[in-house]
Amino acid sequence: MLNRQGRPTTPGDATHNDHPTFTGNKALSQIEPLIFETGRLETTGVDYEAPQSFKSRLAELERKSEIGLPGVSEPEAMRHYVRLSQKNYGIDTGLFPLGSCTMKHNPRLNEKIARMPGFSDVHPLQPVSTVQGALEVMHTLSHWLMELTGMDAVALSPKAGAHGELCGMMAIKAAIAAKGESATRNVVLVPDSAHGTNPATAALIHFIVKPVPVREDGTVDPAVVASLAGPDTAAIMLTNPNTCGLFEKDVVAIADAIHAAGGYFYADGANFNAIVGKARPGDLGVDAMHINLHKTFSTPHGGGGPGAGPVVLSELLAPFAPVPFVRHTDEGFELVESEEEASNHGAHAFGRMTAFHGQMGMYVRALSYMLSHGSDGLRQASEDAVLNANYVRACLADLMSLPFGNRPCMHEVLFDDTWLKDTGVTTLDFAKAMIDEGYHPMTVYFPLVVHGAMLIEPTESESRASLDLFIATLRDLAMSVKRGETERFTGAPYHAPVRRMDETRAARSPILKYTPPQAALEAAE
Amino acid sequence: MRYLPLTSDDRAGMLAKIGVDHIDALFADIPSNKLLKHLPKLPLHKGEIEVERLMGRMSARTISASSVPFFVGAGAYKHHIPATVDHLIQRSEFLTSYTPYQPEIAQGTLQYLFEFQTQVAALTGMDVANASMYDGSTGCGEAVLMAHRITKRSKAILSGGLHPHYADVVQTLSEMAQAECVTLAPDVLAGEDILSQIDNTVSCVVVQTPDFFGNLRDLRAIADKCHANGALLIAVFTEVMSLGLITPPGEMGADIVVGEGQSIGNALNFGGPYVGLFATKSQYVRQMPGRLCGETVDADGTRGFVLTLSTREQHIRRDKATSNICTNSGLCTLAFTIHMSLLGQTGLKRIAEINHANAVMLAGQLSAIKGVSVLNKSFFNEFAVRLPGNAAHLVEQLASKHVMAGVPVSRLLPGAGLDDVLLVANTEVNSDEDRQAFVEALKEVL
Amino acid sequence: MGETKYTKDHEYIRVDGDVAIVGISDYAQSQLGDVVFVELPKLGKALSKGDEAAVVESVKAASEVYAPVSGEVTEINAALEGQPGAINEDPEGSGWFMKVKLSDPSELSGLMSEADYKAYLASIH
Repeated sequence: MLNRQGRPTTPGDATHNDHPTFTGNKALSQIEPLIFETGRLETTGVDYEAPQSFKSRLAELERKSEIGLPGVSEPEAMRHYVRLSQKNYGIDTGLFPLGSCTMKHNPRLNEKIARMPGFSDVHPLQPVSTVQGALEVMHTLSHWLMELTGMDAVALSPKAGAHGELCGMMAIKAAIAAKGESATRNVVLVPDSAHGTNPATAALIHFIVKPVPVREDGTVDPAVVASLAGPDTAAIMLTNPNTCGLFEKDVVAIADAIHAAGGYFYADGANFNAIVGKARPGDLGVDAMHINLHKTFSTPHGGGGPGAGPVVLSELLAPFAPVPFVRHTDEGFELVESEEEASNHGAHAFGRMTAFHGQMGMYVRALSYMLSHGSDGLRQASEDAVLNANYVRACLADLMSLPFGNRPCMHEVLFDDTWLKDTGVTTLDFAKAMIDEGYHPMTVYFPLVVHGAMLIEPTESESRASLDLFIATLRDLAMSVKRGETERFTGAPYHAPVRRMDETRAARSPILKYTPPQAALEAAE
Repeated sequence: MRYLPLTSDDRAGMLAKIGVDHIDALFADIPSNKLLKHLPKLPLHKGEIEVERLMGRMSARTISASSVPFFVGAGAYKHHIPATVDHLIQRSEFLTSYTPYQPEIAQGTLQYLFEFQTQVAALTGMDVANASMYDGSTGCGEAVLMAHRITKRSKAILSGGLHPHYADVVQTLSEMAQAECVTLAPDVLAGEDILSQIDNTVSCVVVQTPDFFGNLRDLRAIADKCHANGALLIAVFTEVMSLGLITPPGEMGADIVVGEGQSIGNALNFGGPYVGLFATKSQYVRQMPGRLCGETVDADGTRGFVLTLSTREQHIRRDKATSNICTNSGLCTLAFTIHMSLLGQTGLKRIAEINHANAVMLAGQLSAIKGVSVLNKSFFNEFAVRLPGNAAHLVEQLASKHVMAGVPVSRLLPGAGLDDVLLVANTEVNSDEDRQAFVEALKEVL
Repeated sequence: MGETKYTKDHEYIRVDGDVAIVGISDYAQSQLGDVVFVELPKLGKALSKGDEAAVVESVKAASEVYAPVSGEVTEINAALEGQPGAINEDPEGSGWFMKVKLSDPSELSGLMSEADYKAYLASIH
């Protein structure tokens, strides 16, 4: 007689069970120790045969000490890092409205192409005759960047936005030196709304940073710039569209004021995604601007890098571009790698930013992105990015506070915390409650020019349905604040893999690496 | 356009909700004479098939390292990367996440950064490591600036064995930051007298080991003289795999160790992206550039990780920051960490031995050729060879015979009188057949 | 013990004879949040009024502490190294930064009294 009872097919009584699990895990949410806590010193996840005996040429410098790093087998490594990945939020997880960071979709076609052997498996110092295709990518990318920005030259090699800023400011410093004005022209104007990297970059190469106050409407006043500019002015570093999400409507007058004083106009291109195909920095008087390929042109952010920060340069600054750069001649593509060689082509390269030729892996992805979009798609993407941000603004303006009034913004919309006053809920609390709702928070507490800033950049990658749900969620949260349901916020997040972290503890007695229990005990004695 | 979800109806409805009748009303702050009337003069959008075809053609016009016997090094190395690494770094949650500013939903990134820091500290023999720099060369520049901050001096001495690109990066940064930088003459035989350069005006001495020419350098005497004069020793490496087999700089007295981590986990990529490793002693941690991840607990007392000591960084300190670095090498550090976790110390030591053994074998084979001599007394997986002729020309000839022989020193040091010197690297990927092909081809062109 | 005086940068100074105790005000610590690190000057350092004398860091901010008066550093509060939280808990007591031997006591007259400082705080809010 067969047992035909089988398994239950209805869920049964919907009881709730708050008991902790034996493992501490909660179904798909797994606790994962450090790799050093599961690995073994003698274990390795690779198979290499021992070499045959040979006479070592290490002089007396062979490593005698244990390295102290355990290894794991391949299945253990796979499970460990997959579990870690599940504790992360990415663009592919959900809407990622991080203002100033342009978290747009990362097409996987670009990943596929970046792994083509002619790009990924090529050494930077192979004979130039064997890397013509790679140089063609660099040359083509440069062409697109110049065309989209209306500028005369590109220095491709900077490794990220801040590195691009450094490159652009070095070109400006070199141009000033060429005019014999190094001793006197050393002040850089930086608006209060600037990214922190701007003043840090200027200070790094010994410019004196002079802050420019932002006027009531969130933009820079050309009259103030004119009053601050003078024979000591080296440059202004202006982000446009700015970090308040606004286009600097007086940008041409600002450029004129700086140029009239004999200074240069450095533009922070972090927000270029708002205006690609709509306006060209070169037409606005810009002398140098970096472009974050990992923002505007969608190379993956990868948890904080790698990025790429090519710098476009005006005719005045083009001769000072660093080495290396690619030239296209009748014989093909050539690579100019030294300052001496550059001077043979009439250039005055200021030096070198990095070993080799920059972030090839990012060039390939960015160029694939551009080819896919084309001029029409790039412009449409910018329009959609701006449209999406304004839609969010229009749908939340009645509940949250806009520091500069309910007026059109560019690709990101800035709210402040005026509307949270006396509610017992801070900007940070509000952001953490968004995590419980399945969203990555917006950028908070930046820019510094408004109180409790919340900077929302939805990007063009969001559908209307996605935006509508996001808006409905923020409205629900905002109503909840107004109803006084503070616990929903002050203790949030409740549903993330971990709760709020004790940052004070981390900073007061920093633990910056793993120490095995035995060693930690001994160290304590 | 396959990447843009909005439909025309969506756009019209959203404009209506916003209360404007045309998209350009949202661009009204752009001066109207600067608003582009036409599309940029660039091709229109393309489907996947076409893009892949176009890019594929460019890829095909380049000779890849795996397709030929390959001995090119000089700061970037062809190594085997386990298949697991590339699979894991393409996990969406790693690939498409941002800098972990919201630690509650970024524990994955934070934990691997903590693992990375631990690994780098152990490999270099130092107390602490940061969460990466862009690459070795830019890290080297940052290390020099850090030494200037600590010593309150501004003169750096660069060894003639330092990778020429690294020296150029430091030189450029020094000129711009109005600091002094003395670069010693190219030092093929590791015979330079760097000790006599060190006095109490020097901020730091920068020495690479294995050096640009492949020589291993004992740093102990240099460290002692530096410390007696209140200067710091910055040790540099471009081949991190060497640390599996040779004495780490931290055991030889280095104060800051900086190097290129590409060899573990990261493909050649024609020069980037790579991953800069940066480590120092505990007492200097607050002068360190770059992000740091630290262990702490959450509100429930559960262990977790956060970015910490951020007050050194640009977003808080602005013009007083230790560096302007922001984005670093996130995903490349992940690749490094996964590969290193697979290796463990046992695997790393083994693969380092194979590299060394292969290089020793090739050095023997090459020096048996008439007119060819190996210049190094010691080396790890790369050495300098003197050829009876112009190395750059010979490399071109060998390339036409489908052998990538190495890097002619004149490419990085033009005019240094080293036109007959070739750098040859040999890693675990080179087989006996590869070496044989190299030797045969070289004999033919000589 | 003499009167406690304040600067617009929120340092306090309490004079006892020709030696003054310097630290940051309760308002300053509340603005910084949890202090995690303090960098104190070297013993014997000669400070001029307005010099950068120390750096105080919290999780979210870092700021310079300027010398409210000129003088030589005669003592530093080394206990802060292990217990920076004292600055939050008791800024004008165990959270003091340094003692300075005054070189120009007349500089004190340019500083605010406690009442003036309270009025100043009210004015900036």
